[in-house]
Amino acid sequence: MYFSEHNKKGWRLLGVPFIFAIFLLAVPIATMTTLSFWTQDYLTLIKTITLDNYKQAWFQPVFQTLFARSLIISLTVTFITILFAFPIAYYISFYGGKRKALWLFLITIPFWTSYLLRMFLWKVILGYNGVLNSFFEWLGVITEPLTFLLYNSNAVVLALVHGWAPFAILPIFVSLEKIDRSLLEASNDLGDNNLSQFFRIILPLSMPGVIGAVLIIFIPCIGDYITPKLVGGPEGLMIANMIQVQFSKANNAPLAAALSVTSLLIVGIISLLFVFLNRKYLRNY
Amino acid sequence: MNKKNIRNPEKIVDLISIKKSFDKIIAVNNVSLGIKEGEFFSLLGPSGCGKTTLLRIIAGFEKPENGDVFINGKNVNSVEPNNRPTNMVFQNYAIFPHLNVSENVGYGLRNTSLNKDEIAQKIEEALNLVGLEGYHKRASSALSGGQRQRVALARALILKPRVLLLDEPLSALDKNLREQMQFELRQLQKSVGITFVLVTHDQTEALTMSDRVGVMFNGKVDQVASPEEIYNKPQTKRVASFIGNMNFFETQYLEKKSKTISVSHKDLGNIKLLKSNIFGVDKSKLTIGIRPENFKINNKNGKKQPKSFNAKVVEKSFMGDTMLYGINLRENDHHTYRISISDIKNTPSPNIGEEISVYFQEDDIVAYYEE
Repeated sequence: MYFSEHNKKGWRLLGVPFIFAIFLLAVPIATMTTLSFWTQDYLTLIKTITLDNYKQAWFQPVFQTLFARSLIISLTVTFITILFAFPIAYYISFYGGKRKALWLFLITIPFWTSYLLRMFLWKVILGYNGVLNSFFEWLGVITEPLTFLLYNSNAVVLALVHGWAPFAILPIFVSLEKIDRSLLEASNDLGDNNLSQFFRIILPLSMPGVIGAVLIIFIPCIGDYITPKLVGGPEGLMIANMIQVQFSKANNAPLAAALSVTSLLIVGIISLLFVFLNRKYLRNY
Repeated sequence: MNKKNIRNPEKIVDLISIKKSFDKIIAVNNVSLGIKEGEFFSLLGPSGCGKTTLLRIIAGFEKPENGDVFINGKNVNSVEPNNRPTNMVFQNYAIFPHLNVSENVGYGLRNTSLNKDEIAQKIEEALNLVGLEGYHKRASSALSGGQRQRVALARALILKPRVLLLDEPLSALDKNLREQMQFELRQLQKSVGITFVLVTHDQTEALTMSDRVGVMFNGKVDQVASPEEIYNKPQTKRVASFIGNMNFFETQYLEKKSKTISVSHKDLGNIKLLKSNIFGVDKSKLTIGIRPENFKINNKNGKKQPKSFNAKVVEKSFMGDTMLYGINLRENDHHTYRISISDIKNTPSPNIGEEISVYFQEDDIVAYYEE
């Protein structure tokens, strides 16, 4: 096969990441997929191909409930995060002036502590003797600590929204920055008020950033494991927690693999559908 | 109604003592300017002179610190751009990238009470007007520079503004297209009858297209007049040197009469200036200006014209329709003055280094009192 000098250079550049991707992405996925068609008897793997794991994963009510909950929590987190992130990104982009860099810097400060610590802090804030309850008691609003704050889906949503907000703000900010400000003047000049301008110019042109933010949040959220474990309680457990249980305590790696592949498929299909439905915003202007 | 809020209806745009500065740098300094209904008006000046700021004040994108803006007789100081009877063609055209040609052109009509069919009809008319028939569904990213400009024009004209504002609309086009568009813009303005206000730093553009030109420097309007008057009787020295070429000579004041003032120059001799060609505040020193084409070369053996002087050719360049010469007046004075000869055939063609005799007409001379 003929390689031009240009092509060779391209392959050399791609080589290392390519090998990296094969061993750390393709190989594990292939292994996991293979595993999901086998079965396990205590510690021995039975390598007969079967769909039993998928039957269980798809039709047992406990797994269905967990899939549904993970999906609903992820979608809610994504929606709320975008709803909060957009105005912040908008403010920085349009009113940040000379302090844009400072604002972006401040937004990344939460990343200076580990994700685990940040999630753990929500326990301190929302807990029985936590910051919020103590504060309300001090105010005299309540006499007994509130118990509905922690250990449910709402706590998971709250903690995840907080954890993922910067990931939504940055891509939206970038796409807002890319909007040529003379387009806004033109739209004003052609009779738009600020509201119609937002829906006719700013929102459509910032959609690439919004779509990016949605994918960045939705995809990892559905597989989040630490947050539901720390603040979710039994009501707030998600599919990743079940996968962990199946792999370790239940000694059923093939079922865990089938659950993983299923959640991968769900995320993949929903993300692709979402991108497909919004493809008109992703043209290169 | 408040007297201050009604103005002369002949002036579609009336600016009164407008002042605007950015971070202490004065962009527009106490400018008063009237633009007549239906005229093609140009604001001409070097970059940074405040002409674009002035245009943006008319459009409403900038709020003046001082002064009043009247459009169609009404004070619009507190009226936002979306409610002003003006539309703008932006320097980069500001075509909406996510919309196609039809959607761009019909953009403003969506903010009116017109229904879908009426909008479609008007888009059709507007596209025909600017010569873009059949481009409805074309993506805005697939348009050339000239086509983008036409879309921007159609998008603004479709709203039938009282005043169309154009911010250097031709500067992004190549030379041939620019000349063609100059002509088309002029034709378009005549056919739609809308007042056009054009901002440009290109003097040819301003002179060829406009009914009247306002020349700006450092936030001030030096002169507002027809292109001929701007060229032949520039009222300040900086207008004279910005528009076309001008040779300046410092002179000694001799005497004042009822219609003329006499001055003398060490090389040009005594010169009688028409008072109507003298501008500025009366001072003792006068600088006179003579355009390169108002210098002629005497035939070597023929009779010398009355106002003649000797010079040495130091530069010569053939421009096609004209021949340009650079001349020095004295051996030790290396300031180069310019002569432009359009009648190449019937004029001697001296070479570099040759001594020549040059003459001029006193009536063609403009003069300025030294600041």
